[in-house]
Amino acid sequence: MVTLDKLSKTYNKGSVLAVDKVSFEVNKGELFGLIGPDGAGKTSIFRMLTTLLLPDEGSATVDGFDIVKDYKSIRNTVGYMPGRFSLYQDLSVEENLNFFATIFNTTIEENYDLIKDIYVQIEPFKDRKAGKLSGGMKQKLALSCALIHRPTILFLDEPTTGVDAVSRKEFWEMLKRLKTQGITILVSTPYMDEATLCDRIALIQSGKILSIDTPQNIVDAYPDKLFAIKAESIYYLLNDLRAYTKVKGCFTFGEFVHISFKDKSATNEPELLAYLKEKGHKNIEIKAVTPGIEDCFIRLMTEETN
Amino acid sequence: MQAVIKADKLSKHFGHFTAVNKISFEVAPGEIFGFLGANGAGKTTAMRMLCGLSIPTSGTATVAGFDVYKQTEEIKRNIGYMSQKFSLYEDLTVLENIRFYGGIYGLSDRDLQQKSEALITRLNLQNEAKKLVGSLPLGWKQKLSFSVAVLHEPKIVFLDEPTGGVDPVTRRQFWDLIYEVADRGITVFVTTHYMDEAEYCNRVSIMVDGSIEALDTPPKLKQQFSANSMDEVFYELARGAKRSE
Repeated sequence: MVTLDKLSKTYNKGSVLAVDKVSFEVNKGELFGLIGPDGAGKTSIFRMLTTLLLPDEGSATVDGFDIVKDYKSIRNTVGYMPGRFSLYQDLSVEENLNFFATIFNTTIEENYDLIKDIYVQIEPFKDRKAGKLSGGMKQKLALSCALIHRPTILFLDEPTTGVDAVSRKEFWEMLKRLKTQGITILVSTPYMDEATLCDRIALIQSGKILSIDTPQNIVDAYPDKLFAIKAESIYYLLNDLRAYTKVKGCFTFGEFVHISFKDKSATNEPELLAYLKEKGHKNIEIKAVTPGIEDCFIRLMTEETN
Repeated sequence: MQAVIKADKLSKHFGHFTAVNKISFEVAPGEIFGFLGANGAGKTTAMRMLCGLSIPTSGTATVAGFDVYKQTEEIKRNIGYMSQKFSLYEDLTVLENIRFYGGIYGLSDRDLQQKSEALITRLNLQNEAKKLVGSLPLGWKQKLSFSVAVLHEPKIVFLDEPTGGVDPVTRRQFWDLIYEVADRGITVFVTTHYMDEAEYCNRVSIMVDGSIEALDTPPKLKQQFSANSMDEVFYELARGAKRSE
């Protein structure tokens, strides 16, 4: 449905490499996540795929159309929700939706079934100006407008950034329902915990893809045994763990610190426990844990920089 | 120990709308206090009152010992503030930004010189000191902006979603900086949408529709709501919210 072949983009006359030979494919009906922090190149990729930006090198197709030659066809078939709210602030909710339906030669009525679940939540405010909506309502309106022409592929650029944990969950519920309607979805997010809600994901950092697979396979490929440790003072625990030479990686995860050891074969825990006790730590707890996507991302990222 | 923030039934109304509804809490010196809530719960309004930027409608509060009604200028001199949106001047260099903020907070030239050097070394920015801030990666800007906010050794630093969008490694390095300043006795008052970061706080309050609905240490909150994580605690409380931003 979407193919990227060594797609690259630079800015400032080639001095800033934003997207570095990125290749991946998104299958029909898939919910595909592009996971990475600010500046990873997610938005540049989205803009190239939606024909708003020309690549420097490489090629890509969307629904069989070439992103450079067939840009007009792509614009007719895709739905795009940019990271920044881009609807008309001085038009009402209904006027915005009507506007987008009209420019795509359709009507709200014709495709109402597709947006119904989402739109009913903002319909009571249909006469309110878009600029006066709350963050969550703006997001729902933007999604409705991106869907009103029944696109084959939906591009959602960081739809949940800055959104609280509850609204984020609701948004992902909406995406799941859209997927059942057969729409292919490409979504980007800086929140690692959202990765597990996608069919497949690409982890991206500094314009490069670190890994592409299902969330489960990415987690399964984690090469080290991972342990979670906690003690009364997380700050002193961190400092002491970093000073302990047999520890390889050491990162905080909520109330725990996740660590792996340099020597994978040895049983390292008793010695570490003794060391921490000697350092005066109290209520120490150590246990083996399954890595999450964020553990995987950190490992891939730190390997990349070393 | 004397609390550095004391709020008692602090409220703010905009017309008929009650943005903040009688919130009461105390924060101790050197504490890392997580101030959570859904979008539109009233966090920003509450924070603006505590920073001396917005006069409350009713209730009382002192920040660093100063009254939020009458001593707003004293408050501003004794706090640091950093937000995700407004941080540094992109078209000034790293050093110029440090000098500018240090100057505003009244540091002497000699202090400024010393602190600039120490800060550049701590953040490993030796090669970037004379570069424009606009050319730095976001993570570095955030770390620099935090360090600048505590350059004058304030009693409290307010952080409004300081780690949004930052990569997972930088996000943790950022928390290292937070632990360091808290260890020096600076109180940290922080908002975040990352629930794992809520666990890094000594105590956490959760606002729903203008009121503080829960306030305790993360382990006690999890116990109180029979939850495994702060994410579950937050979800349990905030899903009942009636309003959004």
